[in-house]
Amino acid sequence: MLSIKNLHASIDGKEILKGINLEIKVGEVHAIMGPNGSGKSTLAAVLAGRSEYVVTDGEIIYNGQNLLELEAEDRAREGVFLAFQYPIEIPGVSNINFLKTAISEIRAYKGLDPMKAKDFLLMLKEKEKLVEIDRALVSRSLNEGFSGGEKKRNEIFQMAMLEPKLSILDETDSGLDIDALRVVANGVNKLKSKENATIIITHYQRLLDYIIPDFVHILHNGKIVKSGLKELALELEEKGYDFIKEEVEA
Amino acid sequence: METVIKTSTIKDKLIFEFETSKLFLFGDTKLRDLAMESFCKQGIPTRKDEEYKYTRLDLMLKGEFDFLTNKNCSDAQIETLKFLKDAHIVILENGIFVEGSSNLQNLPKGLTICSLVDAEKSNSPVFEKHYAQHADVEKDPFIALNTAMTKDGVFIHIAKNAIIEKPIHIIHISTAFENSIIHPRNLIVIDENAQAKIIESFETVDSTAKTFSNALTEIAIDKRAIVSHYKIQDEKELGYLVNTTQVIQQKESVFSTHTITLSGSLVRNNLTVVLDDEYTESHLNGLYLTAGNQVVDNHTVVDHRKPNCNSNELYKGIIEGKSTATFNGKIYVREDAQKTNAFQSNKNILLSQAGTINTKPQLEIYADDVKCSHGSTTGKLDEEKIFYLRARGIGVTNAKKLLMHAFASEVVNTIKIKPLREYVEEKISTTFKL
Repeated sequence: MLSIKNLHASIDGKEILKGINLEIKVGEVHAIMGPNGSGKSTLAAVLAGRSEYVVTDGEIIYNGQNLLELEAEDRAREGVFLAFQYPIEIPGVSNINFLKTAISEIRAYKGLDPMKAKDFLLMLKEKEKLVEIDRALVSRSLNEGFSGGEKKRNEIFQMAMLEPKLSILDETDSGLDIDALRVVANGVNKLKSKENATIIITHYQRLLDYIIPDFVHILHNGKIVKSGLKELALELEEKGYDFIKEEVEA
Repeated sequence: METVIKTSTIKDKLIFEFETSKLFLFGDTKLRDLAMESFCKQGIPTRKDEEYKYTRLDLMLKGEFDFLTNKNCSDAQIETLKFLKDAHIVILENGIFVEGSSNLQNLPKGLTICSLVDAEKSNSPVFEKHYAQHADVEKDPFIALNTAMTKDGVFIHIAKNAIIEKPIHIIHISTAFENSIIHPRNLIVIDENAQAKIIESFETVDSTAKTFSNALTEIAIDKRAIVSHYKIQDEKELGYLVNTTQVIQQKESVFSTHTITLSGSLVRNNLTVVLDDEYTESHLNGLYLTAGNQVVDNHTVVDHRKPNCNSNELYKGIIEGKSTATFNGKIYVREDAQKTNAFQSNKNILLSQAGTINTKPQLEIYADDVKCSHGSTTGKLDEEKIFYLRARGIGVTNAKKLLMHAFASEVVNTIKIKPLREYVEEKISTTFKL
């Protein structure tokens, strides 16, 4: 589904990603862990199509297409979804109107007829239940005045509504207490299927207790320095990131 | 021998028209003569006039103008402008009250609507008490000119204790085949403890030439009355509008007004609200969407004369193309007006390099125990927000539209009449072409 080869990217002339290689197949969950400043969020931003980041070398092939040639909105329409680390508040745009607009544009892109209002409402109801989000929250302006946990839950709700093929969760666990973390993880687990794939970007191992990854990659200084199975996350938690630094620098 | 024919100025033409068409003008002769005298003293403002320096009316008024007030529109054309289905509708075409096209059957008890001409003929004491008593001809040349040269308009009176449930919709229609200057004039009087909702919309129909409309509305609000007032200005490229609204409020009354400017080559709004007694409340809201070479200028004055009053002002604008928007908001808090709360905010989004926004808050406070604040911001659309929307599959155009709607919604959401709010929302959607 996703093939990243020798990806180099920089911002304001400073190179952050220094040759990433990653293969993700349909149905898989990959965790990308790493210390602050290792390039985790940059990788997410490049995948989502943030224009501030300049790809200087390498390629990203997504379902046979060159992802880097697609605009951010076209990536989303092709099924790439980024759950933001810091979701943006947009006062005056209602959550529902926002989702309606997004779904209608995605459907138009795919050459599908617009969704009927009734079907949209049914879907809204069903997904609200799935990710345990309150209708009162959904009816409000997009993220306006939401708590940190509510914003993260709303990201997962959007993910449920848009039904992406590739989801990238950027530090979705940060700022969540354990109850909120369980709800969010539960939502993600329910949305997992054989047809989609998930990338979980996280600093801590805790989220991975709830969303079990198939593979764990450790990012350090813009490169994946170690890959393994889910046990690698536990090892990392126990020994701390210093052990990676020592190993890499040794 | 060579003869030099000096082209007469617009001022000369106005004076000539005044002298030669006296028979057709409205109102007391003495009042009109005084008003004309005052206009002659003040003249058409130029860029040297502080109050008009960003809006070059002298330039806009170059060329030939006539003073036609013909009725040109068909009933079918007028029908399309009645966007509120359930309302008392008043039609003014080129400044003249058109009874036949208005919907004024079965007016509820306590509501009087008629032409200014009829109000004067009937010797209405309410009319005599208020007409030309609030808009001061010495203060502004366009007030003077309107008072001198108006031919007609509408008179609305809401009697004591009457609650008028349906909105009253005044539709100002400009339609011209030759460049014309018109002076529509309205007087709205709301008596003690009465309530009303009044909408004025400004439209151009079927014109092939410019209309320069110098429209004036006086609104007198008595004790404990509650009035909401809306102006929807959508006169397109051939519309040039100077729109003066003069409001006076008595004790414990509540007045709210919206000035929504959607189109028009030139729109200058002079809105003055006088809080003339204690415990009055005023809300002034404005929204202007400007594009092309449009010039939109909002001048507001909130005059706190007595203690314990509240005023709240919010004007927002989105500026595209080479258009110019101006906001000048004055707040006076007179010596007597202790315990005043007066707030003002002006926020703008500038979408283009060539667009201009002039914003000038002006507070003059002579009382010492008051709460007043003002603020002004001008920015671009937030790139982070645009990216967030794009990351969900929404294209750049729709993302910008959503954000502009969101920006405008702070003003639009305060429109309490639902069909009107929906109409304005729809208009906003079609205004942004991007």
